[in-house]
Amino acid sequence: MSSLQTPLHRVQGLGASHSGTGHFWRQRVTAVALVPLGLWFAYVVLGLAGTTEVAAVSFLAHPWNALLMAAFVVTLLYHLTLGLQVVIDDYVHTPGAKIVLLLLVRFAVIATGSICLFALIRIASL
Amino acid sequence: MAAPHPTGPQKPASLQRPLSPHLTIYRWAPTMIVSIAHRITGVALGAGALVLAWWLVAISNGPEGYQSFYATVATPLGLIVLFGFTWSLCFHMLNGIRHLAWDLGYGFGKSVAGQSAVLVIALSLILSAAAFAFVWTGHAGYLS
Repeated sequence: MSSLQTPLHRVQGLGASHSGTGHFWRQRVTAVALVPLGLWFAYVVLGLAGTTEVAAVSFLAHPWNALLMAAFVVTLLYHLTLGLQVVIDDYVHTPGAKIVLLLLVRFAVIATGSICLFALIRIASL
Repeated sequence: MAAPHPTGPQKPASLQRPLSPHLTIYRWAPTMIVSIAHRITGVALGAGALVLAWWLVAISNGPEGYQSFYATVATPLGLIVLFGFTWSLCFHMLNGIRHLAWDLGYGFGKSVAGQSAVLVIALSLILSAAAFAFVWTGHAGYLS
């Protein structure tokens, strides 16, 4: 069957959503990254459970650990934004409420990420 | 009779087509439970990200900040919530791997999908219980 799309529309490959498979793909890329990062996070949380803040500070002040924790936080929050967008897209059907919620999610995620990264910098300089 | 589509124009009864039955009609299956649980644990872990931020800020706030965080988490309610986050993380990661296998084309069969759903539920409960047992038997804190 011949395509009903114009040649321009087909070559853009963005489909009816106007965003193509970008969201789907970013969700998978962050998911794959979160498997090793999440396992490392579990190792850290168990390793620091029941210790004093001295142990936590000296561990997270180490550059590699600070970098891995920053990577975990940023990847986690990116994956969370994509996931919450799907939930909002599925359940919120009024355009106004949808835009407000999507904005709130993005503001909250950037605020949370900024707080985490600032805390990590502060720990490294303690 | 099926109701007209809520957003569509009103049509005469003779033109109203039947709608497919909604979720409440079906008997619950493991695949359905795991599917909605993946979404619920994902949203719950969003709240977990706030606790992660609180933890990092507490560490950066010196001994008093860290102690107040641990004192809050060590309450019975705190531990129940912490177990919820622990299980959510185990479940969401295991079922996420199940989803990634699907993306690669593996495990789509009806019986395989049902078995992997039960496996994900069982493994997530075992892993999160093991994590708590690990701490309670004094094996944690190895990074000090």
